[in-house]
Amino acid sequence: MKAANLLRHRDSALALIVLGLIVAIGLRAPVFVTPESLIGVLTDTSFLFMLTLAQMVVILTRGIDLSVAANLALVGMICALVSRAQPELAIPTIIVMGIALGALLGAINGALVAYVGIPPIVMTLGTLSIYRGATFLIAHGAWLTSKDMSPAFLAFPKLSVLGVPILIVIAVLVSLGFWALLGHTRLGRGLYAVGGNPVAARYCGIELGSQQFFVHTLAGAVSGLCGYLWVSRYGIAYTEIAQGYELTIIAACVIGGVSIAGGVGSVFGALLGALFLGVVVNALPVINVSPFWQTLISGAVILAAVVVNARSEKRGGKLILHKARLLASGGTRP
Amino acid sequence: MSAINLAPATQDVGVAAPILSLSGVSKSFPGVRALHNVSLTLRPGEVTALIGENGAGKSTLVKILTGIYQPDEGEILVSGKPLKCAGPRDAWAAGIAAIHQETVMFDELSVAENIFMGHMPLTLGGRVDWFKMRARARHMLKRLEADFDAGALLKTLGVAQKHLVEIARALSHDANIIIMDEPTSALSAREIGDLFVIIEQLKKHNCAILFISHKFDEIFQVADHWTCLRDGEEVGAGAIADVTQADLVRLMVGRAIGQVYPKRDVQLGPVVLETDDISNATEFDGVSFKLHAGEIIGLYGLVGAGRSEAMQGLFGLSELTRGSVKIEGKAVNIRSPDDAIRAGLAYLPEDRQTQGAVLPFGIRANMTLASLGAHARNGLISYAKELATTRKFGARLSVKAANWEQALSQLSGGNQQKVVIGKWLASNPRILILDEPTKGIDIGSKAAVHEFMGELASEGLAILLVTSELPEAMGMADTILVMHEGKIVKRFARSEATAEAIVSAAIVDENAGASR
Repeated sequence: MKAANLLRHRDSALALIVLGLIVAIGLRAPVFVTPESLIGVLTDTSFLFMLTLAQMVVILTRGIDLSVAANLALVGMICALVSRAQPELAIPTIIVMGIALGALLGAINGALVAYVGIPPIVMTLGTLSIYRGATFLIAHGAWLTSKDMSPAFLAFPKLSVLGVPILIVIAVLVSLGFWALLGHTRLGRGLYAVGGNPVAARYCGIELGSQQFFVHTLAGAVSGLCGYLWVSRYGIAYTEIAQGYELTIIAACVIGGVSIAGGVGSVFGALLGALFLGVVVNALPVINVSPFWQTLISGAVILAAVVVNARSEKRGGKLILHKARLLASGGTRP
Repeated sequence: MSAINLAPATQDVGVAAPILSLSGVSKSFPGVRALHNVSLTLRPGEVTALIGENGAGKSTLVKILTGIYQPDEGEILVSGKPLKCAGPRDAWAAGIAAIHQETVMFDELSVAENIFMGHMPLTLGGRVDWFKMRARARHMLKRLEADFDAGALLKTLGVAQKHLVEIARALSHDANIIIMDEPTSALSAREIGDLFVIIEQLKKHNCAILFISHKFDEIFQVADHWTCLRDGEEVGAGAIADVTQADLVRLMVGRAIGQVYPKRDVQLGPVVLETDDISNATEFDGVSFKLHAGEIIGLYGLVGAGRSEAMQGLFGLSELTRGSVKIEGKAVNIRSPDDAIRAGLAYLPEDRQTQGAVLPFGIRANMTLASLGAHARNGLISYAKELATTRKFGARLSVKAANWEQALSQLSGGNQQKVVIGKWLASNPRILILDEPTKGIDIGSKAAVHEFMGELASEGLAILLVTSELPEAMGMADTILVMHEGKIVKRFARSEATAEAIVSAAIVDENAGASR
């Protein structure tokens, strides 16, 4: 129970910090803590919530996906182009298309990581550039603005369900999905196992490759969903959309207690990490602090989070495949 | 004995003064007496073979000589002066260097850098004197008649050549006592020939060599003297010319198998597992056996004989290139551990911490990892079922923990092992593969493991026991299969097994002459 307590303890500490931050900013600028303003913060942060969870499942398997933001931009651009060409297309169709396209882009990462053996960081560094480049090429470098999008296309993210903005609703549904996946399915347990000890997982019949393929595809699907929502919410699509956002996402994971070494991380923690960054980003302009402070603060918090994690995590076992090494060294005589 | 070319002209007539002598060296670990009253003498220009079974204390002795362990008792003299060896650096300073079976060096650096790592010659300004370093490395390689350049990257060399670099590194420290710990285990026949040439070179340079090997043909070819350890005690020493292989085998194993093995008499059931000629590309070849319910088959052999590899192949961890497997009479095609678990197999790996335990997980999640299917419906895991399983096996194995959610990283090694064993029992296997289940644990825990193994067998579980410990194989197994270089070379029924016969079979390659 100690470790679980520690994690919970860590989560509640982070929750208190976020709360303290909101109160402190509220004292300086009461307008920040009005319900409308706070709902605005949550709405703005909903992309970060979803993408942080998507990134977390990749990191759980000891991987990383640097291409999520580029995937988002490419899918967003395709959605906008499709909408311009077919303005009468139903929104659910566009959403499904966005998810499917994103999943396909993610599956490309997953297939090459899992079955060709390219390290995830290298693979997704490559597709990060490729997807950005493709975004530029398919639009011939043009910006698509709200004039190019149908009214229905633009209206969807502004809908609300029982007074709750639809972006928040979607983020909640996605979070519930991740919570069910990670906490209650064989698949989710396997992701933690593979990250916690790939060799032990393999002996138990859980193969790393299929898990890698799955997490990259899932991360792609979430990115694709966010691609449509992002472009329609801001009413603009261009090559540099969400550029560098992958780093914010990874930062949210780390702040939220997801171990870069794999195998450790919770949905609740990751959401708190994202919320923390969301509050910082939204609050600083309100109290007239330069946005450059935001990157500085999140950097400092990442380091603090890593120190906390390092103290709470015990060093895991080292993987030594004795025979593989012996064979490899035995076969190299020229 | 060829004393003529051993004793250099500068030495007095007769036997050279010992360069290293150990007397009465003892070393204990909690619960284990690793070495007791061991003596050993090395003389310049001579090769002494250190022989003994797995676990006889050879590694401990090497670690004492290289400063990794401190002896509890006894005296070590180097050239007549007592050795105070507080760490590896002191061993270097005393002229002792060890060459291990797996070289630990820097692949991406040059040979010269590898030789001088840690003591590179410097210029007056404190920078590395590359010119001097390369020149000295070249000189040293020339002395050893090496066929590669000091500037070559280490990764471009073969294993034997890497050994040569290690030897050069030892010589760069002016080492004159060189320990070779199974140096040939990763070498091809030709490379072994190369190594023997190097050993001759070292003898000419008046180095004393301690040669550790399981291979008697090599020992008789290269050694001048021998010392035999058994259960941490020195049981004999002498000149190679005066002994035969049979004498040495007898000395290595000559002990009574005690009554500590609670093997129960189990009525064997039907055949549950039958392998026919299973082989993979590189590690094992033509392994066939029949395993009955309630039976324990012991797989004995030297480290590297292919026992674990054969079991891993059976378990779907490596690809079989030939052969077939039947479980309860039905042919099965096991291509992954998942298939194996479905077919009723369980594999308890040798290194339980790195291959078995998922440390960030709690006990519950570890316990059910190999049987998630049985704890889930439609892919959804049932927490209540998991908890029931965890309670059952946690109690049966008396796992000591604060509660079932405690992370494995916080449990003791022994309790981690119990959880890993519980995990495999929870998968409800019919065939259990145990890979060195008592390696590195104390006598009390060993007895508990043996007791438990007997209990499982009496419940009808079929067990494949991979072991390097002869008493364990003889005490626990109904049938002993001896493997050598990837093949089963001998089969013994429990009643006909003798220690000498088993060890001979494991050590001697009967086809040695024909195959090379």
